[in-house]
Amino acid sequence: MGLLTFKGGIHPPHAKESTEHLPIIDFLGPKVVEIPLRQHIGAPCEPTVKKGDTVKVGQLIGAAGGFVSANVHSSVSGTVLDVRKQNTAYGFDTCVVIENDDLYEVCETVKPKPDYKTLSGKEIVDMIKEAGIVGMGGAGFPTHVKLSPPPEKPIDTIVLNGAECEPYLTCDHRLMLEESEKIIKGLQILMHALNVKNGVIGIENNKPDAIAKMTEAAKGTEIRVVGLKTKYPQGAEKQLIYACTNRSIPSGGLPMDIGVVVNNVATVATIGNLFETGMPLVERVCTVTGKGIKSPKNIRFKVGTPLKALIDFCDGYNGTPGKILLGGPMMGVAQFSDELPAMKNTSGILVFTPEEAKLPDASACIKCGKCVTTCPINLEPLQISAYALMHDYDKAAKFNALDCIECGSCSFICPAKRPLLQTIRVAKREILARRKK
Amino acid sequence: MENRLFVSSSPHIRSSETTQRIMRDVTIALLPAAAYGVYNFGLRALVVLVLSVVSAIAAEAMCQKIRKQALTINDYSAIVTGLLLGMNLPSEVPYWIPVVGSFFAIAIVKQAFGGLGHNFINPALAARAMLVASWPVQMTTWTPVTPDAVSSATALGIIKEGLDVPLPSLFDLFIGKMGGCIGETSALLLLLGAAYLLYRGVISIKIPGIYIGTFTLLTLLITGFDVQLTLVHILSGGLILGAFFMATDYASSPITPKGQIIYAVGMGLLTVVIRFYGGYPEGVSYSILLMNVAAPLIDKYTKPRVFGGAK
Ligand code: SF4
Ligand code: SF4
Repeated sequence: MGLLTFKGGIHPPHAKESTEHLPIIDFLGPKVVEIPLRQHIGAPCEPTVKKGDTVKVGQLIGAAGGFVSANVHSSVSGTVLDVRKQNTAYGFDTCVVIENDDLYEVCETVKPKPDYKTLSGKEIVDMIKEAGIVGMGGAGFPTHVKLSPPPEKPIDTIVLNGAECEPYLTCDHRLMLEESEKIIKGLQILMHALNVKNGVIGIENNKPDAIAKMTEAAKGTEIRVVGLKTKYPQGAEKQLIYACTNRSIPSGGLPMDIGVVVNNVATVATIGNLFETGMPLVERVCTVTGKGIKSPKNIRFKVGTPLKALIDFCDGYNGTPGKILLGGPMMGVAQFSDELPAMKNTSGILVFTPEEAKLPDASACIKCGKCVTTCPINLEPLQISAYALMHDYDKAAKFNALDCIECGSCSFICPAKRPLLQTIRVAKREILARRKK
Repeated sequence: MENRLFVSSSPHIRSSETTQRIMRDVTIALLPAAAYGVYNFGLRALVVLVLSVVSAIAAEAMCQKIRKQALTINDYSAIVTGLLLGMNLPSEVPYWIPVVGSFFAIAIVKQAFGGLGHNFINPALAARAMLVASWPVQMTTWTPVTPDAVSSATALGIIKEGLDVPLPSLFDLFIGKMGGCIGETSALLLLLGAAYLLYRGVISIKIPGIYIGTFTLLTLLITGFDVQLTLVHILSGGLILGAFFMATDYASSPITPKGQIIYAVGMGLLTVVIRFYGGYPEGVSYSILLMNVAAPLIDKYTKPRVFGGAK
């Protein structure tokens, strides 16, 4: 069988060498954690603690503000210094600031869950909701929402994303090597909850050790581990599902429309851990890397740890930092400051040197068509971008701007260095704003 | 440090490929065949080539100066246009021909339509077509290549006119020992250049492959599977130069994958029609130009199907 993959895409340099062989290490050090009450897509949480309260690890400190929202728990034990608004990666949000007493006393509510086989689907989804679990691959979409499809959309397959197609990032890779059982366990729990027989884990073939390890761990279960061609954006939802199941999500649709639920391996490992220990989502692994970091590492950190503390844990900056990204270089978001808390969806902290941070100047489009052949969604990025620049958003919509998954492949490949995705984003925003009117 | 952090929208990395690198690669790929032209036709050919290139650069600089735009002559694109035009001229042309041609190509065809990427037809070919139409005599005076060559006519001329002279041998045609435009004769060296462009990912085999493939198939059919004659047709009349270096011009060819197929088939068809049923012995230039004109329309009707979109 040939390697599974999708049409289009690019081959950016992997840049994973500096961390892919480094085992995950724990960072227990933050003196103070600043835990944002909005770390997910959806409504922010309401604080359940106040200044002066003592809290323990796993204690609820923010209650979900609706169905599409996710609880927030304390990641350390200690005293609440303040509940205040401050800068986060999502904007200016309420954070619970806790002084860490370094004791890591676990809250009484944190207890191992009963055997999942004895639980109903609803009970399992409720536990996941309770634990504030969100998509840890980047988007931060509340997991329980994904696991609650309407009855008219039967699910028959769960796909786990172990592609880790973003350059530089190695946290999922390490997790698959070091916690394969937790991932398998988590997937089995989800399969039981949704009453699904098909579980597929897709991993890019530049991680043969992870494929071997996961295949080994999946022995004796119904779970299939498949090797995917190493190509960006192999881990994008539509491309991943297509490669793993040969099904295409209809334009404008969701995975559940074709009976699939997708989760990141890190999310599922957290679910596995939740059932084993009862611990909600209070810590995660991220890759702190890039030429701007002295000693890159894969770090398990407490949610709310300031970025600066994690960077210092890696021996600090290598010279003056030029750019700080949360996530990878293709889809990550550039930050204005390192004085922000790391969150549930912080998969990477990537620091560029000032030289790397500079982007080349754009020149005229030479109509080479490379953006068209590269686009995994079969769009014509040059056209959408050109109409966006002319403020002709109706035309941009006709060229299917809204189907763009913002993978950035077109901007990456363009020899004229045109800001294709940047302008397409503007078009998408304008089109949506006009539709709402 | 806070204020010095660079913030921009994703993606944060770019490929190393640039416009300049692409155009430089095309220039490099053309050089062997151009050099062979000089060897073949003598110093006069060199002067024609140099005049075309220098005029193209001058025309580009002039246009951008007049319109107060940033100079982009270092992107090699004017050099490519000048070189292609020079290679598409007979070495016997008066020296003002390449100068007029290059100015037309750059100032009218390229810059007047908005510059790089906006020319809807291939500038070098358009200039050549203009020159042929305006000064037909000067543009069709061919130099005999070897002292023993009986006629200075091109292989296609011989076939078309039914002249009673022997055709050059296939081997001579392949390495380029024959009459014709300066840079179109050596299939061998043009293919070498094309291989370089394919290797560098500057062009894909799709357009030239389908173009030459269609042409070959139809010629075989028309000539009753006369392999010898078909090969003569493939190796002469600038088909190789046109298919690999001019039909693949980014700005004037379709960008959609399906559109490129239609475009290439169309060129193959037109070249056969012109060569066998039309008035000109050649036909590559006009076929490419005609399909250039059709390219925007082709693009419009071959929009790729969006992933997960309705069929
Ligand atoms: S990749 Fe860039 S230069 Fe090429 S067609 Fe697309 S926008 Fe134009
Ligand atoms: S148009 Fe959108 S989906 Fe297509 S390559 Fe560009 S960013 Fe990716």
